[in-house]
Amino acid sequence: MGHQVLTGFERRYIRLRKTIDRLLPIILSLAVFIAVATVASLLLIVIITGGHRLSWNLILNYPSANPEEAGMRSAIMGSIFTVGLSALICIPLSIATAIYLVEYSKGGRLSSILSYNIANLAGVPSIIFGVVALGFLGYWLGMGRTIITGAFTLAILTLPLVTVTCVEALKAVPDDLRLGAYALGATTLQVVRHISLPRALPMMLTGGILGISRALGEAAPILVVSGLLFIREDPTSLFSKFTVMPLQLYNWISRPQPAFVELSSAGIIVLLLILLALNGVAIALRQYLIRRIGQTWR
Amino acid sequence: MEIESYNQLLKNYVELSKEEMSDITGPEVVKVENLKVVYGDKTAIDGVNISFKRNNITAIIGPSGCGKSTLLRSINRMNDLIPGAKVSGKVYFNGVDVYSRDVDPVFIRSKIGMVFQRPNPFPFSIFDNVAFGLRVNGFKLSKSELYEKVKDALVKAALWDEVKDRLNKHAYSLSGGQQQRLCIARALAVDPEVLLLDEPTVSLDPISTARIESLLRSIKDEYTIIIVTHNMLQAARVSDYTAVMMPDENMVGRIIEFGETRQIFTNPRDKRTEDYISGRIG
Amino acid sequence: MAVTVSIKRLERSIERRRRVDRIFYIIFLLSTLISTVSLIVIFTTLGFESFNFFTHVSIVEFLTSTKWTALFSEKHFGVLPLLNATILTSLIAIAIAAPLGVMIALFLSEYASSDTRSVVKPLVETLAGIPTVVYGYFALYFVTPNLLRPLWEGLQLHNALAVGLMIGILIIPIVASISDDAMAAVPSDLRLAAYAVGSRKSDVALRVVLPAALSGVSASIILAFARAMGETMIAAIAGGFRSILTFNIGESMETMTAYIAQVATGDAPHGTIEYQSLFAVGLFLLLITASLNYIGIKVVKRWAIRY
Repeated sequence: MGHQVLTGFERRYIRLRKTIDRLLPIILSLAVFIAVATVASLLLIVIITGGHRLSWNLILNYPSANPEEAGMRSAIMGSIFTVGLSALICIPLSIATAIYLVEYSKGGRLSSILSYNIANLAGVPSIIFGVVALGFLGYWLGMGRTIITGAFTLAILTLPLVTVTCVEALKAVPDDLRLGAYALGATTLQVVRHISLPRALPMMLTGGILGISRALGEAAPILVVSGLLFIREDPTSLFSKFTVMPLQLYNWISRPQPAFVELSSAGIIVLLLILLALNGVAIALRQYLIRRIGQTWR
Repeated sequence: MEIESYNQLLKNYVELSKEEMSDITGPEVVKVENLKVVYGDKTAIDGVNISFKRNNITAIIGPSGCGKSTLLRSINRMNDLIPGAKVSGKVYFNGVDVYSRDVDPVFIRSKIGMVFQRPNPFPFSIFDNVAFGLRVNGFKLSKSELYEKVKDALVKAALWDEVKDRLNKHAYSLSGGQQQRLCIARALAVDPEVLLLDEPTVSLDPISTARIESLLRSIKDEYTIIIVTHNMLQAARVSDYTAVMMPDENMVGRIIEFGETRQIFTNPRDKRTEDYISGRIG
Repeated sequence: MAVTVSIKRLERSIERRRRVDRIFYIIFLLSTLISTVSLIVIFTTLGFESFNFFTHVSIVEFLTSTKWTALFSEKHFGVLPLLNATILTSLIAIAIAAPLGVMIALFLSEYASSDTRSVVKPLVETLAGIPTVVYGYFALYFVTPNLLRPLWEGLQLHNALAVGLMIGILIIPIVASISDDAMAAVPSDLRLAAYAVGSRKSDVALRVVLPAALSGVSASIILAFARAMGETMIAAIAGGFRSILTFNIGESMETMTAYIAQVATGDAPHGTIEYQSLFAVGLFLLLITASLNYIGIKVVKRWAIRY
């Protein structure tokens, strides 16, 4: 075939395609930029509005009608109790579930139904957990609108998220090692205990901390379970009434006075700092455990 | 004398010497009868009959996909670990069917050791690797007894001289060939009667391969060794008996010939064996 | 002298290990069952209290009436205003999240180097990690007064638009990560084949990868929509509690979730109709999101089989 003469239309079409080819990555990175810029501006505005209100009072004082004195001590205590307890319930359950799904069930029907239900549980809107916990735990089982009810709510809410990470952690352990151990006469439990679990633990703990961060930020289900937004005392037992940080923030945000809005910005900074610290701890812990665990017999 | 149950088998172990055992069960340590293995809806091997003689090395050769490894994994019930795997037929170990209901695969695996294609040392120290089987099997050994067992196994695996000064070093610091010998030592440490090797040298260089072959020859008086290999020369070098497997027209693996290694390589009876070992197929 | 180990000891050890293994097996199985039991508890609790609710309110009224005045003395329980608010805010959210999420996924899978990817992906994921009260705050005190009001004078302080926008940002990671997985599952032969016939990179991205990953992308959008419908705090903070049927997204309107939040913080004693209405609205919401999730998972499965 000899030289082809391009018509004007064809030439314009090729030029258009060339332009698109050059522009597409720019347009796509713009989408990334918008997402990142939203987070950045959000943080910036929170800091501008609330930065000057950061003080120890915010952490040490009880809530008050006077924004100058108000703090979120009871909410912080409530969050520590509720989320801490929920992690104690959720993380062992998730690890046990993952061990069943990955190590024990050999892809049977039962296990596919069970893991399908975990996916379904993940799709339930978080506020529904609160409504059901209020009705089932709070009233039917008589646990009341207390810390323990809140902890169970958050535990079940974060269960699918943490379980999925734990499953992935176990699946990442090479099968070679398992087979090697089985071939020496190890039982499944011994394979889990000496081979899979030590190697999966760092990633599992990261998943656990992911769950804790999620639980710390959850307001909706706790709003329904606790109902109370204004608490001026520390929780004393698992059956205490309680509030949590995001709820305290919701309370402040909903007030018309600008002083409370500033206060809520400061509170948001505290909450975000805690979340940031948790994630930092997760990364550090992971690095540490990867080096330490699974390198010796235990 | 018939051996009927798992408990009987265990009693025999306790009360009888190796020679007496041999008198009772005959020279065949492992005997496979009419074995069929199905993965999901695909039949991997069918109609497999073969016996493995005490203190001999038997090689299983054949082209890839002929079910060599499947046969090997059926002997110590490693197929139990593969989802969807179904085994029918019989595999006798010292006269007891390893698939009968009262037999625990854990026991079978502690008496029939296995070494895999790629070296798979655990991410522990060299010592802890060899001690692993002793520990999980609950042999309550004193520190010095444990050390003796580990040393014994490493000596048999021809690795002792290379690692005796660094038993606490990480197993991954060893070379590939050393790692594979470590895996052999790990298997030998639990005192198995049978050692299964699934293409143990496929990922190794010729020198490491030669070392492993000579160590196998040196321990065959104490163990019954079954080795799967696609390397015919290796089979010819190390084994006393050779089984040739070949997929049939439905890609179901079958044993087409079994006999003394010398006979298989010099005077095969089956035309396909001849074609295979002369390199015309496979 | 080699140390020998008695078989009797091995036998005892196996016996004991088998028992322990069995016990732990049961513990692990029971733990796994907890998720399923939770699902059952969720449906029965909602169903039971909803049943009580529907002995007072007819299902027809619930589904067709356009008045929701649960907290007034003259009570009407027509869910349509709440449903309308939920759907409107979720549609706005998806209008933001779908294009941005898919674009981010395309960027990550086709253009980003692995270094860029390892920075951008976690950054995008943090959008979902920020507590939703923060988004609510941002919508009410920044987006509405500073971004939207200058463009739209009649905009109410509480409005559906700002709620939808912020939920949209929140669900970007859902769209982006599921779409990204779908694009990663497109076999690289397909890309090579396209290059081999003279395609440019943009052609490969837009005409090969995007269509090939389409079912995964659609699934991501369905799942993200379900997530948007269930979002509570943003709607409660920035959408207000005005349960009026309106299509004006510049007005305050109350979503189903915001209603639940409103009743829960107010005084709705156990056993009253307001209390029961929580469960009826909850069940209605759950049935919708569960169907959406079901469809989404189905679509994901179909796409997973194809390659």
